[in-house]
Amino acid sequence: MLEKNVNFVETALKEYYFNNFELIHVPSRTSEREFGYQKFNSGMVRHLTIKNDKDLHFLLMTQVPSDVYCSNGYYSFPNLPMSEKDWKEADLIFDIDAKDLKLACRKNHTCFKCNSCQNVNEQSSKCVKCNSDKFDVISVTCQNCINEAKKEVKKLVQVLTEDLAINEEKILVYFSGNEGFHIHVTSSEYQTLDSRERADLADYIMFNGVIPETMGISRQNNSKTSLPDIGERGWRGRVAREIFGSKSKRPKIIQEILLGGYPNFQSRLEEMRPTIGVRIDPKVTMDIHRIFRLGGSINSKSGLSKIPCNNLESFDPFSDACLLGDEKVEILANCPTSFILKNKKYGPYVSETISVPKHVAVYMICKGVADVPQDNEN
Amino acid sequence: MLQLGIKELAKYPFLAETGDYLRDKGFNLEQLSDPDWKPVVEKAYGRIVVATTGQIYGGNLENPDLEILSFVIAIILLKSAGISTLNRRFSLAEARRAERYLEQGLNALQKDRSILENLKLKEESIQSSLKIIQDLFSILVTMEDDRLKIRIADYLTRAAHFNEREWKLVNRRVENGHVYLSSHEIVRLVRKELDVYINSKIQSVSVSFIPETFRERVEDLVLLAKKFPTTVIVSSDYPPCIKHAIEVMDRGENLPHSGRFMLATYLLAKGQTIEQIIPLFKNAPDYNERITKYQLEHIAGSSGKATKYSCPSCEKLKSENLCFAIPECDGIINPVQFGTRRKTNA
Repeated sequence: MLEKNVNFVETALKEYYFNNFELIHVPSRTSEREFGYQKFNSGMVRHLTIKNDKDLHFLLMTQVPSDVYCSNGYYSFPNLPMSEKDWKEADLIFDIDAKDLKLACRKNHTCFKCNSCQNVNEQSSKCVKCNSDKFDVISVTCQNCINEAKKEVKKLVQVLTEDLAINEEKILVYFSGNEGFHIHVTSSEYQTLDSRERADLADYIMFNGVIPETMGISRQNNSKTSLPDIGERGWRGRVAREIFGSKSKRPKIIQEILLGGYPNFQSRLEEMRPTIGVRIDPKVTMDIHRIFRLGGSINSKSGLSKIPCNNLESFDPFSDACLLGDEKVEILANCPTSFILKNKKYGPYVSETISVPKHVAVYMICKGVADVPQDNEN
Repeated sequence: MLQLGIKELAKYPFLAETGDYLRDKGFNLEQLSDPDWKPVVEKAYGRIVVATTGQIYGGNLENPDLEILSFVIAIILLKSAGISTLNRRFSLAEARRAERYLEQGLNALQKDRSILENLKLKEESIQSSLKIIQDLFSILVTMEDDRLKIRIADYLTRAAHFNEREWKLVNRRVENGHVYLSSHEIVRLVRKELDVYINSKIQSVSVSFIPETFRERVEDLVLLAKKFPTTVIVSSDYPPCIKHAIEVMDRGENLPHSGRFMLATYLLAKGQTIEQIIPLFKNAPDYNERITKYQLEHIAGSSGKATKYSCPSCEKLKSENLCFAIPECDGIINPVQFGTRRKTNA
């Protein structure tokens, strides 16, 4: 990020943290956690310990990090190198990111920043200015993406509560601060699972690796009695509801399945995975040493805050998590895609100087579609 | 805490309760060295010999004292011989023996107890199975509508380390924090731990002296161990996946079917004959020479449809958790290329 942009965003972040200490807290069992942070244009600083909120706020004020992280794992010695930390257990964590949902709307709110000349293009074939074909992909706000991500969160919460018997009170849903949601599960019976065991749990949640035999279809000797019933719990019930829909259609569909045989049914299970499985990022869930974005902190990819969603249905991240100031500032904008923040539409802009609220300016600079103008540098 | 009856202890003589039993009966090593106990020493030796052939010792629960004492003496003989291969084979065979009883106990739990014959004995069998699974492995087995279930976390800590797809959680009936399993499956989950537990018992026992009546059989055990095949020598030229598979087989541990297939196809591809490969599988817990030969012939294409199977690709092995790649594996896509194809700088 350009120095002038860094100065502008850091000032906005410092102001946010100073005014919102009540939003950003250390998590429980603080002394057993590892903390880390990043500054703009700089590497990760990790293996830190923080004692309490006061220490955290001091760090925010003195370092003004672009991003702040805290481990899902608990350690005897969180500030020692990884091999010496003595891992004890870790919270279950899930990341649902709209970009992984590969929605059709994506092309409408994505633009491409050329790695060579920094020009922002609508298309990714070749840069219109320099012909380069190397781009950074930039995605801006999209309500459809958030709505679809919310559906995944609901599916996840259902599997966690119904199948895994996790108390809903222990499930904390956060807006990630960019395009998705982070789900934290604390003090469950799954705390001590290792990475491989969590990978299998992630596969379960994603409905990954299912074999037809589980649904009562084997290579030989199939009968309609072993097929799942819509009233069953777990994946068998979900598959039955997906396949049969209603009881009246069941006999006809069963005939089709039995006639289609094993390979067809296997393909059908595979096809329904994105619909009924939960599209989490398995790498996050299986990571027992991850430092995960800290609740209340700003996400430097957008300038939005990672905040809890107490009512997922009504939660609008592009208003509720947009917590930087409203005072007008001038920026040089180059954004071929329009976006909405705090219910107001912005863009498209073609290399023009605009006056927008500070939260919009930070959002656009963080996204890489605007710069602080030359005369505002100081 | 549940006190196991003597018959139950005869099924599971590796439990700590055996120490109490020996104390109650007043047995000690000096006493057992008396020539009168020679038949029990012979029984103990026989128990080890059976285990080393990969078979499971049956025993006779109608004489529980003999069962318990022969196990204890077998441990002393093994400890005195100090040969880890024998210990591993014995602990595995004894674990498999105990599995049968554990499974029987869990099966009885699933049946309507009112129709069980000899209700008291069945009840004891059920309780001891539940107690062992809970005390040794911290797994609480409960029942719901004649179905056995355990907590998901207890399941994952074991089953996630198995390679077969049917053990994936997604292929299990899961409801409200529990996984529903058959008695056989529950026992299969703890096989490895049971084996390790029994092996640790052999390791932890301290033998202050070897009685004269034991000495001959200890020497016999040393001779017995020398017979085990060491035909296939692990060469440094083997890729790490094959080395790992050979080591698992050598330890007498269970290598999954996919691992055995990989090993066989690899060695065949490297020009070994079926007769050269067979001894490698002799340590497998379920070894059967006839079946092994048949399967190897099938893989080699010398029987069946004459299809010669190739060694699975590195990618396939990765997905089956059989890959243990090292830097020397760079640039190869199949284990048979190991050592022959090197990464080239573009």
